[in-house]
Amino acid sequence: MPRAAAAGGSSPPALPAEWAVRLQSPNGPLADDEKVLAWLEIDLDAKLRFAPGMVVVSSERLLAMSADDRQWQSWPYRAGLTLTRRDHAGVGTLELCDVDSLLGAWRYTLGGDVAAGRLVDHFSRQLGFRLNGEVAPASPLALCPNCETPLLAGQEECPVCSKEIHEPPSTWTLLRLGRFARPYRGQLLAGFVLSLLTTAATLVAPYLTMPLMDNVLIPYQNGKPIEPALVALYLSGLLGSSLVAWLLGWGRTYILALVSERIGADLRTTTYEHLLKLSQEYFGGKRTGDLMARIGSETDRINIFISLHLLDFATDVLMIAMTTAILVSIDPWLAAVTLLPLPIIAWLIHVVREKLRTGFERVDRVWAEVTNVLADTIPGIRVVKAFAQEQREAARFRAANTHNLEVNDRVNKVWSLFSPTVTLLTELGLLIVWAFGIWQIAKDQITVGVLTAFLAYISRFYLRLDSMSRIVSVTQKAAAGAKRIFDILDHVSSVPEPTHPVHLPRVSGRIELRSVGFRYGTRSVTRDISLLIEPGEMVGLVGHSGSGKSTLVNLISRFYDVTEGAILIDGVDIRSLPVAEYRKHIGLVLQEPFLFFGTIAENIAYGKPAATRAEIIAAARAAHAHEFILRLPHGYDSLVGERGQALSGGERQRISIARALLIDPPILILDEATSSVDTTTEKEIQKALDNLVRGRTTIAIAHRLSTLRDANRLVVLDRGSVVEVGSHDELMAREGHYYRLYEAQARNVDTEDESQTLKLDARDEGDRE
Amino acid sequence: MTDTPDYRLSRNAFGRLELHTADGERHADVVPVRAFPITAPEQGIALVDPHGRELAWIDTLTELPDELRRLLETELAQREFMPEIRRIVSVSSFATPSTWQIETDRGTSHLVLKGEEDIRRLAAPALLIADSHGIHFLIRDRQALDPQSRRFLDRFL
Repeated sequence: MPRAAAAGGSSPPALPAEWAVRLQSPNGPLADDEKVLAWLEIDLDAKLRFAPGMVVVSSERLLAMSADDRQWQSWPYRAGLTLTRRDHAGVGTLELCDVDSLLGAWRYTLGGDVAAGRLVDHFSRQLGFRLNGEVAPASPLALCPNCETPLLAGQEECPVCSKEIHEPPSTWTLLRLGRFARPYRGQLLAGFVLSLLTTAATLVAPYLTMPLMDNVLIPYQNGKPIEPALVALYLSGLLGSSLVAWLLGWGRTYILALVSERIGADLRTTTYEHLLKLSQEYFGGKRTGDLMARIGSETDRINIFISLHLLDFATDVLMIAMTTAILVSIDPWLAAVTLLPLPIIAWLIHVVREKLRTGFERVDRVWAEVTNVLADTIPGIRVVKAFAQEQREAARFRAANTHNLEVNDRVNKVWSLFSPTVTLLTELGLLIVWAFGIWQIAKDQITVGVLTAFLAYISRFYLRLDSMSRIVSVTQKAAAGAKRIFDILDHVSSVPEPTHPVHLPRVSGRIELRSVGFRYGTRSVTRDISLLIEPGEMVGLVGHSGSGKSTLVNLISRFYDVTEGAILIDGVDIRSLPVAEYRKHIGLVLQEPFLFFGTIAENIAYGKPAATRAEIIAAARAAHAHEFILRLPHGYDSLVGERGQALSGGERQRISIARALLIDPPILILDEATSSVDTTTEKEIQKALDNLVRGRTTIAIAHRLSTLRDANRLVVLDRGSVVEVGSHDELMAREGHYYRLYEAQARNVDTEDESQTLKLDARDEGDRE
Repeated sequence: MTDTPDYRLSRNAFGRLELHTADGERHADVVPVRAFPITAPEQGIALVDPHGRELAWIDTLTELPDELRRLLETELAQREFMPEIRRIVSVSSFATPSTWQIETDRGTSHLVLKGEEDIRRLAAPALLIADSHGIHFLIRDRQALDPQSRRFLDRFL
């Protein structure tokens, strides 16, 4: 990637060492008194192969050396020179032209675009200085040295740069769950102590087999009668220890289950809350099924991991530690032999860990793929059926499922070998203990009771090792889940909250766009749009689809942040206002009104939950929704939204208008508010909109130009730039872009109206979903 | 078959293409655009004007007269940028965002993968990887990569 050069007016940053040497060495091109003003390290040659090069703007000329050149090329300043930049598909091009031909062209990947912009800026200013002796003033705003975003007062870190984090999250993801465990420290400690006691209690029973064998059973075989009192003592010891273990185990499991459930719930809520704060951009790139799976099943998996597996594992470790201590205290030699297989098993666990983790991560992703097929198809079921593509969709699902099987099969191959191997090792371990124990008994080093106790201990012991080996897979699964959750949590909103927010309690509605540009991936959607909208003015945005109307509205609503320039409201950059606070000033009416499941009253009051009934009714009246609402069986209490009362498109739209009216915003945005309805309904909606627009700064996008006749000004956009601004009459008189658009529509209107009247009857039914 | 088009294409002093139609009209800044840049790069090429209007359509690049074809090929080579990954040398981490050192048909470079979802599955076995700057890297056949690269890639799929 090209490295970036200097900040606006200040001195340029040092050139990269290798270039500095080539420029400034005695046989380099730079004269002694020549100053480097700006530079761009290019990384592509003319055939778009990766190759380093350098373009420098100095006080005297433009210097360039690309990989194709043997030596520096130089163009001293002279009249007619222009340096321009443009970009296409991720490649930026700098072109130096004079009045009648191209002098040179340099290409770079877009990482250097900012430096290129600065280069162009310095070039034209220096050229102006050379020709006319005057220096064009540098931008008065402080700019970020890396990306040229204007910095706001009090902002030290650039909001654009700071959000670009290329550091991978730590691999010890599960430890990060500690942040969610902290509030439950007390309970967790209690649970741990209980675990300790429970484990100790369960270890009493095998210990008692030793005296039971040596003091009761063996003497009996040798002819001594059984002492009932002694037997009763030992047996009551056994009973007592199991009762205590039961009681403690119950308390431990209950406390820890309670805690883990809470940790899981916190995790879910936090993730969802964070998700809601992310920008539109994030949701655009993600699929609903995947996000739902992450918040739903991944948190659940982590939850089960904490409450069951982690708990078991901790108990097992305790058990092993205590058993080891007991065994060593009874007979160190036998203990040593017993514990021999332990390192082997530990090693086995370690080997399989890596394989399983990647395997399970892949299983997760494949699983999300399966749900994604469902999430794609089910909402589009009408299209699927209409084109009779059930077979194909079924095949797609089957393919995803087969892929899922394949991946699972591969993981299971390793996994299935794992458990039996552990069991085999267990059996082998027991065999060794038997053999060594018998040998020791034969040499009278230990009693039969000791061997019995050892066997009782280690059969439990190895049993636990087997279940412990399972921790490998569940830990990996949980870690994979945690990673996917933290992927969301680590994602910094591309519409960041300002570090030093400015509060605007009252907004007049004056909107200013200062050379606004927006880039989506490599595609530059809008560029260099400057516009001043006065309070109370209604501005219509007009243009072909794809001309950047909706993008502009999304930028003004701050669903995205501008990539260049700034949007100011009442003279304040909207990036310095808290996002939620800013959006409260904006009423948005969309093409497809979305109603949440709930009553009509709740839907109208969505932006202002505390609204009184009178306010809701007033808003509904103004939106011409009052009457049809009263016609519904439950009036304002009728349920709407998914699974709710069927409403037509026009009715839903009027409810969404009432919703915007209720919050009484100084700025109103109508994004194709009347496009999805027929002309008759449109007229009703238009009446409702007239009430809404009154006295507010309004930005309206409409496909039908006739609906924008009331606009004070029309802004005609074409391919991301403003091409015309003016009232309807002015623009018609100019016979430019707008005129052509209008004429094209007027020709269609007659036919459209006709077909619409014909369709009307059908629509009344058809629109009700 | 070589079909001779009824228009003429030339490069002007500014290095841009100019199209002269049979009826004497001249269009400056003409741009060739491939309709299927990945699946059928040689077929279906449109010549469009700066406003995106189609001026001419070329069914198959190879059937054009040599001179015209070379002109278009040079222009396309200067416009199109979709490096094809030949080898993944190393990756900074298996968690995203991750920086990959790669070898492409256009030389060595690196890319920053922001998230797994930036790897798009095209018709199998091709993959398209968008880096943090929006540059698209193509993997034409992931089975054909060397084992090491495939192992790296597998961790992200």
